[in-house]
Formats: sequence, C-alpha cells, structure tokens
Amino acid sequence: MKRLVLIFLLMASPLFAVQPDEVLEDPVLEQRARDLSTGLRCLVCRNESIDESNADLARDLRLLVRERLVAGDSDEEAIAFIVDRYGEYVLLKPTTSGSNVFLWLAGPIMLFIAAGVGWTFLRNRSKAHELGDNDALSDEEKEHLRQILED
Amino acid sequence: MITEFGHFALILAFFVAIVQSVVPLIGASKRWNGWMLFAEPAAITQFLLTAFSFGALVWAFTTSDFSLRIVVENSHSAKPMLYKISGTWGNHEGSMLLWVLIVTLFGAMAAFFGGGLPPTLKARVLAVQSSVAVAFFAFILFTSNPFDRLAIAPFDGRDLNPLLQDPGLAFHPPFLYLGYVGLSMAFSFAVAALIEGRVDAAWGRWVRPWTLAAWIFLTIGIALGSWWAYYELGWGGFWFWDPVENASFMPWLLAAALLHSAIVVEKRESLKSWTILLAIIAFGFSLIGTFIVRSGLLTSVHAFATDPERGIFILLILVVFIGGALTLFAARAQAMEAKGVFGMVSRESALIVNNVLLAVSCFVVFVGTMWPMVAEMAFDRKLSVGAPFFNAAFTPFMVLLGLVLPIGAMLPWKRGRLRRAVWSLRYIFGLALALALLVWAMQTGRSALGPAGVFLGSWITFGAIFDLWSRTGRNGNLKRLLRLPGADWGKAVAHTGLGVTIFAIAGLTAWEVEDIRVAQPNQPFDVGQFTLTLQDVRRVQGPNYFSTMADVLVERNGRPVTTLQPEKRDYPVARMPTTEAAIDYRFTRDLYVVIGDQQQDGGWVMRTYIKPFANWIWAGCLMMALGGVFSLCDRRFRVAAGARKTAPGGVPAE
Repeated sequence: MKRLVLIFLLMASPLFAVQPDEVLEDPVLEQRARDLSTGLRCLVCRNESIDESNADLARDLRLLVRERLVAGDSDEEAIAFIVDRYGEYVLLKPTTSGSNVFLWLAGPIMLFIAAGVGWTFLRNRSKAHELGDNDALSDEEKEHLRQILED
Repeated sequence: MITEFGHFALILAFFVAIVQSVVPLIGASKRWNGWMLFAEPAAITQFLLTAFSFGALVWAFTTSDFSLRIVVENSHSAKPMLYKISGTWGNHEGSMLLWVLIVTLFGAMAAFFGGGLPPTLKARVLAVQSSVAVAFFAFILFTSNPFDRLAIAPFDGRDLNPLLQDPGLAFHPPFLYLGYVGLSMAFSFAVAALIEGRVDAAWGRWVRPWTLAAWIFLTIGIALGSWWAYYELGWGGFWFWDPVENASFMPWLLAAALLHSAIVVEKRESLKSWTILLAIIAFGFSLIGTFIVRSGLLTSVHAFATDPERGIFILLILVVFIGGALTLFAARAQAMEAKGVFGMVSRESALIVNNVLLAVSCFVVFVGTMWPMVAEMAFDRKLSVGAPFFNAAFTPFMVLLGLVLPIGAMLPWKRGRLRRAVWSLRYIFGLALALALLVWAMQTGRSALGPAGVFLGSWITFGAIFDLWSRTGRNGNLKRLLRLPGADWGKAVAHTGLGVTIFAIAGLTAWEVEDIRVAQPNQPFDVGQFTLTLQDVRRVQGPNYFSTMADVLVERNGRPVTTLQPEKRDYPVARMPTTEAAIDYRFTRDLYVVIGDQQQDGGWVMRTYIKPFANWIWAGCLMMALGGVFSLCDRRFRVAAGARKTAPGGVPAE
C-alpha cells in the first residue's frame, strides 16, 4: 500500500491525459495517434501508456507521435523513431525479437505441455480397470462414509 | 497505554502460535489425544489476542494518537471517521497486521467448525495454519512493527493518500486479504493431508468450502479494486494489468482451478495429487503477490534495495513454505493413487480442460509480470510488458475456456458423448450466433470485438441457464429447480456471471464513445445522443480538501436527463489533487464526465465518455461471487464439515 502511495504521488499532476489542444484536425490521423499512444509507455509513470498518463513527459511523447504522423510517417516508422530515442523500454507490447521469444512462446508451450500431460492422464484413466478392493475403504470407513452421505 | 497492550498481545499471540505449530503435530504423530486437542483452544486464543492487538491499532487511528509513527504517516485529525478506520490497513504495517489477523481468524474458524474432521487431520491442519501465522507474526514484530512510538509526537498527521480516501478502496484490502489468506487454509489442508498420507473424497469435501470462501472474497476484492479504478482514476479504465493487479489475479485464477479440481476429488476420487499441488501453488501465488507488492521488486529492480529486509523476509517465507510443501509433495505424491475411472469424454475430462486452461493462463500472467525483471537480469534488456501484451497473450485462453464451458458443464460424469452434449446445445449456439449477427448488423464500426463478445457472453450465459433448465426434466417441472442442491445453483449463477462479465468487457471496449474538448460555459455540445452544457463552476470546501465543482446539465432529445457534478479536489495536507468523475449510472450505459483545468479563454477542459454496459462488468463479478455463496450454502458441505448430528436434539454447530 505504501508503494501504491508513492506511485500515485508520482503521477500526481493537475494535468489530464490527452488535452484538447493536442488533438489533430484529421480524425483518421488522430485515431492512428491514439492507437499508437496506447502502446507506448509513459517513461516516468508506472505501467501507464502515454495515452492515459498525466505526466508532462507523456504529453511531449504524444505530441512527438502526432508530429511524426503529420510528417507522413507510417505507424511503424513513427514507433521506430521513438524506440530509437527512448529504447525498447517504451514499448508496452514487447517485440518478439531475441530473448523475448521466450515470453511470447511461454504460454503456447505451456499449453502444449499441459495438454499433453492431461491427455496422457485421461488415456490412463479411461483404460484403467476398476481396481480391486484391496486399497479401497475398509468396512468401518465405508459405514462412516455412508453415514456422512446419508445425513 | 492501549497501544502497549496491543503490542504485548501481538507478542503473546506469536508465542501461542509457535507452540500451536509444534504440539498438535507431535500429538498427531504419537496419537496423544491431549496434545492434539491443544490446537483448538490455542487457535481461538491466538485469534482473540491478534484481534485485540488489531483493535488497539484501530483505536490509535480513530483517536488520532500521533505518538504512533504509522498514524502520523497515514492519518490526519480532520479526516472522516471511515477513512481513519480504513487508514489502519492503508499502510504496510497495518495491512500486515490485518493479514495475520485473517490467518488466525481462519485458524479459529477451522477449530470452531471443524467438528467433523478426523482428530489427527484437524490437529495437523491447525498446526500448519499456525506455522503460517508464526512466519507472519515474526515478519511484523521484527521488520514492520505497527506499534512503533515516536519520541516527539507531532501536532497533526500527514494524511492518508487522497486516492485511498474512498469507500470502494476502504474495503478493497480486507476482502482481498480474506481471499489471499483463505487460500492458506487450502494450503494447510493440503500439507496436513500430505503428512497424513491420505487424500479421499471426504478431504475434497472439507477443503472445498475454504477454497470457495477464499475465491468469493478474492472475486469481491478484485471487483471492488477495479470499480474503484473505474470511477476514481479519471478516465474510466477498469483493468490495467499492473503487477499489483496481477498479484491478485493469479491467485484468483488458481483458486478457480482449485475449486473445480476439488469437485473431481470429492465426487470421483481422482486428480488428487494435482489438487494438492494446486492448493500449494495457489497459496504460493498469494505469497508471491504479497512479495511483489511489498518488496517493490517489480516497480523497478532498484527499488528492491530500498526495502531489502522486508522483501527478503517474505521471499524467505515463500521459499520455506512452498519449498517445504513441494518437497513433501514430491515424497508423498505416489501414495495418492487415483481411483475413479472415466472416459476421454466426461465431466472429469472437461474439468481437466478447465484446469489446464486456468493454470496455463495464470502462467502467462506470471511470465508477463516477471519478464521485465528476468530480461533485465538475464539478458540485460530494459523493457516493458504492459496491457497490450496481456490482452494478446491472455485473452485467447479465456475465449477458449468460454467456448468449452457450456459443453463441459453439460457432460455427464464418468462417460459421456460429445456429440450428444453439443447437439443438446444447438439452440443456444443458434441464439448466441443470431444475437452476435444482429449486433454486427447494427453497429456502425467494423470492429469484430463487440459481436464476438456478444456471442461468447450469451453462449456462456444461456448455456448456464439451459443447463439449469435441463434439470427440470422432460415436463419442465419447475419445482425440481427449487430442490436442486445449492452447488448446482451456484454453478449456474457463477457461470452466468462469467458470461455477463465477458460480454460487458467486450462491449465496453468496442462501443465506448470519447469526447475531449474545451467547453465554454453555457454553450451546449453533443456527445453521442446526449447534449451537455457546462452551467457553472464553483469552489467548494470539503472536510480535508478544496474542490472545484462543475454543474453539467445533461439532456437527451431536449429533455433533461440529469445534472452531473464532476470535481477536481485538492488535498492541502497530502499536497495532491484528485479527479472525482461524475457518473450517471444507467442499466445499459454510464455517462462519465470529468472536469479539467481552466483555459486562457475561460473555457474548461472536459472529457466525456459514454461507457456502454460498464455496470455489467461488476454485476457479473457479483454474480460469480453470489454463485460461490450458493455453492457454499450447499447442505452437503455443512453435513460433511461438522454439523453431523451427534445426538438428536443437539445444538447445531452453526
């Protein structure tokens, strides 16, 4: 909770996220800028995109994105421009390059393994024959269980 | 003086906990009845002592005793009473005391309601639960003592973070902790069963109510937190995939998996070792969650150094308990042979699919949460993993789960036929598809998200209702519904809730309308089908803040709908501003208005959102929790959990 307090102190600033004066005339460009903004991290905040953040730096980045779009950059070029300057830390959605492959493949691989284990278990279960009575409940326990269940 | 008594009671409780974690264990292994029976009064004593200690801290907060360090840091004499009380757990030390209070509360409840448990199992459960308490008592007493006094008491406190001064967040931590810590009960049952070397249907039946209770509390706690974020943070986001949120979401996912696998143990005596493992890991994730939040490890790797002692202490607790339990598991898992035999297509296999999907989705969240740290430490890459990653990597599992759910819920135990279950749902599938197509035709944008959410949500919801309906028999005898066990009702209601929440999240994301502008006073503007007019902006003084409050008239087709009063507050003591959005809550949409700064030309920045189906997100969560409550009220649990009639005419245990 203390941590939370600190975080909120950091984002404390009377400004709002996207300001009216930032909004571009062209609605298509503006929509592209908004979409790009949600994927870029506000560097001084915690886990907030520049689209949501109130910080001054986020505003600068928002303006920068719009500047690049107005200058005719494609989405990819605008992102690359910002990543060049601020590092990949700015991307909220990590790339799939290098070691990040582990991150992206962790889920599918785990699903594959888990499904395999589950499948094997199910196969064994459906093939297993009913076990003998040797490791079932004793008569006394059966009586006890019967009482519980009937109650 | 009361503060010192509180501190003393806490130390006493620590000693009781130490004895309680040893004596019943020895008693159980030697079959010494007296030693085993010691656990019960000890558990209750431990709880009463901790409750007194917590009460003393609450007392210090309500009377604004500024000789206590944490009261100074987190309270102010002008603060409303509710937030003085909630300030008790609005800080690290106090929240840890609440945490351990709940650990002992669950122990006392197990001692109290556990009449039907075999004596050895009960003694072991209480001992394990108490050892968890020992660790946290030690943590509090040695690293974060809430009863620290100041040599010189200041005149007034520094106030609680204004964002936390809110009814939603006042009750968010207690619910969350009840959930986190409730999982410690499942953990204690799992470890006790491992020591005992025996897991059977009865065990499944005993452990399920505790897991259910924990899951219900977690559901409510998470929903409260997300609702708070929605109305307090000023732009209506409700889930951010923040590490702190993930910390509560992972135990929730695992608790949900545990609930379902415990059913298989209970009904079919299968999946035993997996259920035990899940119980251990679920509590492990509760501890990891605490660790993540307390150590600041994930905020930044470097913040770890600011609080190394606490972080390392919790890490140690985590390693000892989870490592120990897993070692025990490795040694004993062989003893738990599965009994039930079932076909590839059966309710059992459907529940396995449920467990696989929930566990893997939890794993995805875990990897995503930890990846920035791993990447920095192992690969020297500073990177972020944020909402876009989780949306892309996590959502598919939920979609898959949603698609399989209604079919799995219809399958019979032991052996079923997939074609039959699917065929029986053909009308539901048709209905869901028709609704999705209708929405697809009606909406103006091209986004497929809305229709997909409608399809999935209605498929789950109507599937759950159909499942219930199919229980009425051939003639649709509704009386049969009333006689259904609580668990069946719980299943239907909780699944319906999931469907509603999925639909609402998709709907809100797809059809939200946003408007940002500089609004001039008394000049109407249109947002969607509404006309808004900024009528007045004035200064208002609250108990411990100043506020800039606007009056915004909302009209629709020329008729007034409501007047909204968004605020911007300034808390002078805590020196920070907050936005108080004004929200017009309606059944199918919220109108969400936020006021910003005044501009040079006299206008005010205004942000207006139309958020369709926003309420449905939390209504769905509440339904899930309610389903859990129905299931918890199932008579079969009470019978098994100790209310067995020992003597006719005896006093019932509840």
